[in-house]
Amino acid sequence: MSDQKHHQASGTSDQHVSAGSEASKGPSRRSFLRAGAASSLAMGAGLLAGNKAAATGDPAILELQDWNQYLGEGVDARPYGTPSPFEEHVVRRNVSWLTADPISSVNFTPLHDLDGIITPSGLCFERHHSGIAEVDPAQHRLMIHGMVDKPLVFTMEDLKRFPRENHAYFLECAANSGMEWRGAQLNGCQFTHGMVHNIMYTGVRLSHLLAEAGVKPKGSWLLAEGADSSTMTRSIPLEKALDDCIVAFAMNGEALRPEQGYPVRLVVPGWEGNMWVKWLRRLEIGDAPWQHREETSKYTDLMADGRARRFTWVMDAKSVITNPSPQAPLMHDKGQTVLTGLAWSGRGTIDRVDVSLDGGRSWHAARIDGPSLNKSLHRFYFDFNWDGKPLLLQSRAIDSTGYIQPTKSALRSVRGENSIYHNNGIQTWHVKGPGEVENVEVS
Amino acid sequence: MLKSLKTSLAISLLIASAGPAFSEGLGLGRTATIDEVSAWDIDVRPDGMGLPEGSGTVIEGEEVFAERCAACHGDFGEGVDRWPVLSGGQGSLTDERPVKTIGSYWPYLSTVYDYINRAMPFGESQSLTPDEIYGITAYLLYMNDVVTDEEFELSKANFTSIRLPNEDNFFFDPRPDTPIFKATDPCMSDCKPEVTITSRARVLDVTPDEDDGGAGSID
Repeated sequence: MSDQKHHQASGTSDQHVSAGSEASKGPSRRSFLRAGAASSLAMGAGLLAGNKAAATGDPAILELQDWNQYLGEGVDARPYGTPSPFEEHVVRRNVSWLTADPISSVNFTPLHDLDGIITPSGLCFERHHSGIAEVDPAQHRLMIHGMVDKPLVFTMEDLKRFPRENHAYFLECAANSGMEWRGAQLNGCQFTHGMVHNIMYTGVRLSHLLAEAGVKPKGSWLLAEGADSSTMTRSIPLEKALDDCIVAFAMNGEALRPEQGYPVRLVVPGWEGNMWVKWLRRLEIGDAPWQHREETSKYTDLMADGRARRFTWVMDAKSVITNPSPQAPLMHDKGQTVLTGLAWSGRGTIDRVDVSLDGGRSWHAARIDGPSLNKSLHRFYFDFNWDGKPLLLQSRAIDSTGYIQPTKSALRSVRGENSIYHNNGIQTWHVKGPGEVENVEVS
Repeated sequence: MLKSLKTSLAISLLIASAGPAFSEGLGLGRTATIDEVSAWDIDVRPDGMGLPEGSGTVIEGEEVFAERCAACHGDFGEGVDRWPVLSGGQGSLTDERPVKTIGSYWPYLSTVYDYINRAMPFGESQSLTPDEIYGITAYLLYMNDVVTDEEFELSKANFTSIRLPNEDNFFFDPRPDTPIFKATDPCMSDCKPEVTITSRARVLDVTPDEDDGGAGSID
């Protein structure tokens, strides 16, 4: 049986190789004979199709599909593979009214089309301040200076000679769900929660680079700067820089994508995405924060009393049901179904996710499946028998520090509605019936 | 004797397995030259660290602003389309729609200089001279009523004497600011009497692919 399969397979490749080749007449003749046999089979199938009235069942089974019969492309056709054309709807999307133009803007990860915990590299949401810098790695340098014993310059080759580490970390924009502070606004978890992604990074510890330069005793802050035309900067306390920050050059096993900071970006685990400076070119050690635009005018959280929180770095525990959701409603009638979603915390791992089908009146423990990694997305499932009636779906995450994801009204009672950033409130989806889900809020 | 040898061997193995001896360094990278550091070290801090020599008046700044900035920010910093508003908004931070500008919100003037220098004009960054940036910054102070004399000249010498009105209204992150599990057991059943829908995305209808009209902003 397996011999026969092998023979057929090599026969197929013969057909490819021999086409138009004098040297391989023999195989060509054999292929011709085999092709003749195949076409008589196809005629048989055609007759079968013509007698449709006699056959009952699924046309996907009863009728021969093109891919059942004809050859596909060879190994040279797709040197870098892309998804099936049937998946072409699975893309990042922009909300054009959010920003003045698409250069300094943001798009969103299609969370409702994904599963597991790792975000495919080409679907990670993008946030640029001056567009995508196309950096030549041979011309890229990383400089460390300021309050150090020895100011240093590294090439990409130099960086790759430090001991490497691999870590999966989520990156969430502090403004994720920011459009929902004043009430339900966008119909789709791509738009309400899609400024998050989860990547397996390869890189070197920032602490190793800093040790090489020798931080002076009074150094307590670090300024990270990018090489794009916004030369974006953020101040990071040295304690965090030495704790777990990574200077990463690879994502999901390959070089960083240009949209994610190729050739090198800063990874600041658990803290807001704006600090993960892309196209990283400079690290300065100082004794005070720089109070630059991204930590004063932006990424400060305005409270109801007109005062504002600064240095709100950590991303609190959060979760969202990705399916069903407005872009991915239940398409079947009542019966067994799968509810799934994502949960994460900038303070550690997720201990537990609860799911409600009735808008938070009662809760059920969801099943976390797959790796539970520090400061990484967690995938949860809740398998249940749907009675076909409307549902008010919610999820509630509890992290390893005991922090409970709050309701939106609990957040608003503390912070008001103008803080833009750090909205980690519980999301509600209204499943109206098959084919329709809406973003709502409940009492 | 043998024992002490064993111990010292164990210690050296321990050091080896703990990773490279970073205190001594790995000998990677090379020393940056003074010129290289000054080419990239453009950052400015609230205490004035990083400010270059130079100066500019409100009137000088107005001219540069009209030519290099007003297409997006408007002649008076009022903002064109969705480009940032730079002036006005004082007293609006507790409003339903606060207007966060240099005068109403930003805590430090150094941020204005630093940001213009590193990132503006949009698409032509680092093309302004220090005198031009001092002038633009002086003009923005004037547009925000922080200075009222159009003859005012901003310079490296007087820069740190200027304070923005909202500086004292920032405070350090107090989170977590909602209950944690150790204090509150999360409710599992009969958590509320009845549930009604209080807000619907459909009402605004601003989801892309439906109506790209728009309401609100993430900033």
